[in-house]
Amino acid sequence: MIPELGHFALILATLVALILGTLPLLGAHQNRMAWVALARPAATAMALLITFSFACLTQAFVVSDFSVVYVAQHSNSLLPLQYRVAAVWGGHEGSLLLWMLMLSWWAFAVAMLSRQLPEAMVARVLGTLGLVAFGFLLFILITSNPFERLLPAAADGKDLNPLLQDFGLIIHPPLLYMGYVGFSVAFAFAIAALLSGQLDAAWARWSRPWTMAAWVFLTLGIAMGSWWAYYELGWGGWWFWDPVENASFMPWLIGTALIHSLAVTEKRGSFKNWTVLLAISAFSLSLLGTFLVRSGVLTSVHAFATDPQRGIFILIFLVAVIGTSLALFAWRAPKVGLGGRFGLVSRESMLLTNNVLLVVAAATVLLGTLYPLLIDALGAGKISVGPPYFNAVFVPVMTPLLFMMGIGPFARWKEASIGEILRTLRWAFAAAMIVAIALPFIYGSWTPLTALGLLMAAWVTLASTLNFVQRVRHTRGGQSFLSAALRQPGSFVGMNVAHIGIAVFVVGVTMVSSFQEELDIKMAPGEHVDVAGYRFTFNSVKAVEGPNYFAAQGDFDLAVNGKFLRKMNPEKRNYHSSQMPMTEAAIDAGLLRDVYVSLGEAIDRDNPEGEWAVRVYYKPFVDWIWGGCLLMALGGLLAMLDRRYRVKARTSSPVKTPAGTQQA
Amino acid sequence: MKSRHKKLALIGGALAVIGIIAALVLNALNSNIALYISPTDVAEGKAPQGKVFRIGGLVKEGSLQRQADGVTIAFVVTDTAKDITVNYKGILPDLFKEGKGVVAQGKMTGAGTFTASEVLAKHDENYMPPEAAQAVSDAQARGAGNKAGEAPGDDKMKTGY
Amino acid sequence: MNRYYWILGGFAALVALLAIGLGLNPRDVPSPLVGKPAPTFNLPILATPDKTFGPGDLQGKVWLLNVWASWCVSCRAEHPILVDFSKKVDVPLIGLNYKEVRGDGGFDMNKMSPEEEKKLAFQRANTWLKQHGDPYKLTVMDLDGRVGIDYGVYGVPETYVIDKAGVIRMKHTGPINPDVLGNKIMPLLAELNK
Repeated sequence: MIPELGHFALILATLVALILGTLPLLGAHQNRMAWVALARPAATAMALLITFSFACLTQAFVVSDFSVVYVAQHSNSLLPLQYRVAAVWGGHEGSLLLWMLMLSWWAFAVAMLSRQLPEAMVARVLGTLGLVAFGFLLFILITSNPFERLLPAAADGKDLNPLLQDFGLIIHPPLLYMGYVGFSVAFAFAIAALLSGQLDAAWARWSRPWTMAAWVFLTLGIAMGSWWAYYELGWGGWWFWDPVENASFMPWLIGTALIHSLAVTEKRGSFKNWTVLLAISAFSLSLLGTFLVRSGVLTSVHAFATDPQRGIFILIFLVAVIGTSLALFAWRAPKVGLGGRFGLVSRESMLLTNNVLLVVAAATVLLGTLYPLLIDALGAGKISVGPPYFNAVFVPVMTPLLFMMGIGPFARWKEASIGEILRTLRWAFAAAMIVAIALPFIYGSWTPLTALGLLMAAWVTLASTLNFVQRVRHTRGGQSFLSAALRQPGSFVGMNVAHIGIAVFVVGVTMVSSFQEELDIKMAPGEHVDVAGYRFTFNSVKAVEGPNYFAAQGDFDLAVNGKFLRKMNPEKRNYHSSQMPMTEAAIDAGLLRDVYVSLGEAIDRDNPEGEWAVRVYYKPFVDWIWGGCLLMALGGLLAMLDRRYRVKARTSSPVKTPAGTQQA
Repeated sequence: MKSRHKKLALIGGALAVIGIIAALVLNALNSNIALYISPTDVAEGKAPQGKVFRIGGLVKEGSLQRQADGVTIAFVVTDTAKDITVNYKGILPDLFKEGKGVVAQGKMTGAGTFTASEVLAKHDENYMPPEAAQAVSDAQARGAGNKAGEAPGDDKMKTGY
Repeated sequence: MNRYYWILGGFAALVALLAIGLGLNPRDVPSPLVGKPAPTFNLPILATPDKTFGPGDLQGKVWLLNVWASWCVSCRAEHPILVDFSKKVDVPLIGLNYKEVRGDGGFDMNKMSPEEEKKLAFQRANTWLKQHGDPYKLTVMDLDGRVGIDYGVYGVPETYVIDKAGVIRMKHTGPINPDVLGNKIMPLLAELNK
């Protein structure tokens, strides 16, 4: 009964989405305030209905209702509770419902937090979101109903893919989808602006915090996915340029361009068309990612079970959403006036360069991802484009971007002086050069790429710090340095934190790709192996049993300089209900390095307590990769909470707290 | 007109940058793509010499052999028509199994031997890497086609449901 | 026309590419075996393990081969349709039980002798048919999946229609639903039996 209720709520939500997607938009167009006023209640109703529907599906998983096909295919009576809940989004149907849930929550948040916006604008934004939601809900109902029954019920479920039985699955997809779907808000703001013709600084100011929020989620989601791949897949890599990873990375690159371009539009009124186009593109790429993952046109480790019917539906949806918005853009954009002029050297021109580089980067990723499809479509054979392509393209595109990242924040709007910037930054650059030349030697070997990576990281860190210090000095007045530092606006602090986050990330990438050590070796109990100064002693392998798997568990001692550090217990698991074996690596994480051991396979299958093929890794600074991402997200959060986005809200409601203490 | 000069400079600069990037991308694409080739193609001498490519098919039952060092491995990949021996040093992926689909990336080294730098396997009963599935179905089409005296088909089979 | 329309052009090209991509990899492409003679085999019969069955035994008849296994969730979805079909239609339906034990994954095959595997497989298949009904004229046991490879089985369930001359006329991948049965399989059977 409960699954039927969930299904029914979904159908109702579709109707509500249709109302939300039509009446408020028409009302805003024809000035019918009664219809405009429908937007908020409809968005709220949609959020409630979808939340209820999602809760029904979760309930089916929690009580293991195997009379629901989707549950029978993705769960099992032995599956621990937290994974039964996470299994709700472990397959195609449920993850779409999660996507929808996020979309309805974003719409709800806009409905709640938009008191300072004109009613017609709210109606247009929510109406656009309603149309997108309507398309997705139709997609779920027609091709991917998660509540479909299986009669007679299965005795037991097929189980969740063991790769997904992990903490990573619990949080990675929700974060990622929050980001993907969050760009729909920026998109809706852009469409609303195009519809109303009100493309101005106010529009940019409204959409900035929303875009920033989506970007923060997407950053965290991608970082989480990368971390998960690193420790769960047991391959020791953190990014594989897999089509599905690329599908999430392209919206991130465009989203990053968008948050910078929005800054120009807000401050200077320039780049308006460009900003709108980026907002449309960021969401379009999110949709394209969905298409690529779920239609089966590309092969990938992540690909869901595919179905051409779904592919055709998403493609039609893609054409409807993106095609319409691009047509709207092409129709309206020429009427948008130009913003303030700017000089060849200015904050604007630097941000323009930043945008061009990010868009070029996204385009190269898109090309690499779709190239196999293109070649196949031309009948020229099947090919794959590997990581070397992306690495070869990315380094040259990112280097100037990082260099500009140091300079840009020092440039004045409108017209800046190169001489002045160079004078300010010469010592920072000199110090970064010293780091780049010296540090690789300390670590053992000097290569141009290592030096370049460290140069850029040091440069960005020093320049960002200097930028912050300089501004605090200029604005401190009579205050102490610390209290002046704490009073800087969130967006300024956030920018520098995020830039330093990039630098930290670059350190991680550079160090791990330059100095990691890896060894695949056969080991018998009692033997040891030395990697990068660490001694791994293989004691034994014993059989252990988990809640829903058997495992061979290795027992290793990790020691450095003859001093025992810790035990390491990698596992090779065999899950009862699916035939997939799974490697669980043992990782000793640290600030400056991870060491990592995983079991390959027993050399003699009949003697699992004898010799094993073992993989051992030493990965310097690898955790800085995700640490950098966290800093970026923190920077985004600070910028999002900047008090100027709340100014109008506060004038309409009496101020309760002093302005300073509201700062996050 | 000063602003026209500025515009020209900007456009020129942009074109130069786009040109550099295009050259970079094309060069990277050219040297970093791996063509997919089936064991039958290899047997017919269609494999590029000294260039990285991918082969796909099924791992022949009972063909997995391990050298004394424990991590140098050889196995036979078949598309049910022709076989090819693959050498690989390292740990095999979790899902690697005899009788199952596999895709290996690497180069030809010596007659009929392929040395893989990377071995990919992803499957459960409902899945085989598409390249592997295609190799097998192509080979079957040829086999069946020969019997029936028809030209080989080029159907593709996509799996997973 | 204005300078922004090139964006629409670019998007149209992308959509065209994606549409072609969809067409390249449809799931239900005819198997390379369609129109070709059904591969022969000789496998033990579930009900009478000492006897075997091969496609030759049904030469001159139109028949269906359905690949199934007790661990396959989708098989359970299509099974009532098959049971119903066997009651109403007089066309032999042969079951090919695919990797009954090996495919399940809950067993450590290294620790199981061929005899044990055989015994367990027959037992599991019998129990399952008792539980869900037996629509099959007979079921053959493909323990190691070799016959499955000959037929190009990548997943269970799959269903083949084989004509009087022993030629495969149709292959359906995935569970059979009333639509496929009524609109594709039944008309084909009627035509072949004319």
